[in-house]
Amino acid sequence: MTTSETEVVRDIGSEYKYGFHVPEDYFFKSGKGLSHELVAAISEHKNEPAWMRKFRLKSLDYFLARPMPQWGGDLNRIDFENIYYYIRPTEKQANSWEDLPADIKDTWDRLGIPEAEKKYLAGVGAQYESEVVYHKLQADLEAQGVIFLDMDSGLREHEELVKKYFGTVIPQNDNKFAALNSAVWSGGSFIYVPPGVKVEMPLQAYFRINAENMGQFERTLIIVDEGAYVHYVEGCTAPIYTTDSLHSAVVEILVHKDARCRYTTIQNWSTNVYNLVTKRAVAYEGATMEWVDGNLGSQLTMKYPAIWLMGERAHGEVLSIAFAGKGQHQDAGGKVHHMAPRTTSVITSKSISKNGGRAGYRGLLEVAKGAVGSKSKVVCDALILDEESRSDTYPYIQVDESNVDIGHEATVSKIGEEQLFYLMSRGLTEAEASAMIVSGFVEPITKELPLEYAVEMNRLIQLQMEGSVG
Amino acid sequence: MGHPAYQITEGQILFDGKDVTEAGADERAQRGLFLAFQYPHAIPGVTVTSFLRSAMNAIRKARAGGVDDPVPIPEFRKSLLEAMDGLKVSRDLAQRYLNDGFSGGEKKRVEILQMAMLKPRIAVLDETDSGLDIDALKIVAQGVQELVSPEMGALVITHYQRILNYITPDFVHVFVDGRIVEEGGPELAHKLEAEGYQAFEVPA
Repeated sequence: MTTSETEVVRDIGSEYKYGFHVPEDYFFKSGKGLSHELVAAISEHKNEPAWMRKFRLKSLDYFLARPMPQWGGDLNRIDFENIYYYIRPTEKQANSWEDLPADIKDTWDRLGIPEAEKKYLAGVGAQYESEVVYHKLQADLEAQGVIFLDMDSGLREHEELVKKYFGTVIPQNDNKFAALNSAVWSGGSFIYVPPGVKVEMPLQAYFRINAENMGQFERTLIIVDEGAYVHYVEGCTAPIYTTDSLHSAVVEILVHKDARCRYTTIQNWSTNVYNLVTKRAVAYEGATMEWVDGNLGSQLTMKYPAIWLMGERAHGEVLSIAFAGKGQHQDAGGKVHHMAPRTTSVITSKSISKNGGRAGYRGLLEVAKGAVGSKSKVVCDALILDEESRSDTYPYIQVDESNVDIGHEATVSKIGEEQLFYLMSRGLTEAEASAMIVSGFVEPITKELPLEYAVEMNRLIQLQMEGSVG
Repeated sequence: MGHPAYQITEGQILFDGKDVTEAGADERAQRGLFLAFQYPHAIPGVTVTSFLRSAMNAIRKARAGGVDDPVPIPEFRKSLLEAMDGLKVSRDLAQRYLNDGFSGGEKKRVEILQMAMLKPRIAVLDETDSGLDIDALKIVAQGVQELVSPEMGALVITHYQRILNYITPDFVHVFVDGRIVEEGGPELAHKLEAEGYQAFEVPA
């Protein structure tokens, strides 16, 4: 499959013939569907430099040329003609509070999300308080030379930096959905941390209030220069309601010599969403990259945060949780490529499936020839809560160097009747006892989350368990 | 205690005059029954502290008629530390995962710690003394003895007399093949220790 696909795509010329103008509000009126005209119009509307417009249009060619992936989850039902690729963010989400589905509102109520924040999550109101926090944060960051902008502003204000790195970690033709994102991206974050600067407070997309915050084709680029450190947090545990059925983001990260980057995501899309995200980081000599990735919602998630360990002693970690409920398929995991000597990595994956949900681990561990003395440990644990639910493990391992230390452990367990009985004999109801066992199961990952996320995550698990038993 | 694998074919269980035969383990615990397990299960990822607080709150909620009535954290912390010190449970055990990698002695002590925190009306101690060395046995048994009061009764199941060096029973029952074959006071236990169970024709 890959050979013919590559051949097809290679033949696409770089000459671009769709450079015509489109009235500025074209896409607001034309609505759904994907075309070169639309992509050109997006670029036009954003007033982008010519190279970005070319990049987008060529990406669309790649997207159209690539066949639909036939592995992972079932993608054949995605109707690309029935999706808005670029519309005003106010139209993207529910227009009014009343339009929101009752179950989403109910979950927010039960999570205790404040009213203002609910409206923000629903896209029907702005969150003024955090705007103030954001401006204060911006001033502190600017004093240190840190850039923290949405991707569109990043391109406008720091074009040379963006041009140097954009699409270098994840080429526009990397896969069908990365190509789609490269064609129609909007929003996402752009972060640059100068050498030696350690950003103490986690940077949260949450603070970066702007209308393009939660777009379905976000594009994020993070550059952590030598010896610097940053922790970026995106998403939230509350379910995000969107009328869009496709979320396809691209996240590229460069961690330079002796730098460290941690990227934490918690996503809980509503269950109509296909969540197909490409995330990849490169870590140079002595650098550390950590992905912490939690996937709760969506109809289908396919997401495997990757790390290329390019320099000696680089270290990578992927921590991933996937929770699949009724009608959901979480195909998550991680990929680590050891390309240099004495590189180390740990992949920890926890998946939970209930009410007929399907959660799996799909991982790739590669050790290239010459990456002597490298060490890696992969641990994937699955918890299946009932008879209808399913768990899959696909641990691909490719080792081309003999002097390495590789460990792989996988467990699949069910909530034991004896564990439940033990907890219930202390007064916990069956739902409380199950929630406690599940929270304990994912604890190695929740303990790595910022506190407020960990608390919300546990509350969310409790809510999910209340629905599943009793 | 309401284990789902047990089926009651006849008879009933009355507790404070109320029939709890059909009640699940959670309801029985909420009403004040407690079972100290012989082999308690590990709950990885859940600390002893957070488990105890959840269990206390579950019982308090049930007793408050289904309304949340969480134990105030300072009060919880104080009583936990007192109970741990009383049972000579190392304080760092509070932050470890419940029974996960605990030694036999630690598990038994944490069972009694739970009993001390949850303050049941009736506690059943299932061979709590087995697998304990002399020092641990003494601490656990004295802990039980201190908790027994007009508010809390304990049914101690044991094969040995030695736990009775620290616990003075009001009644001793000899149980063979599912039936009580002999009843008496503390002196019966001493007699058994001296003469063995032969008199009751225990099958080999």
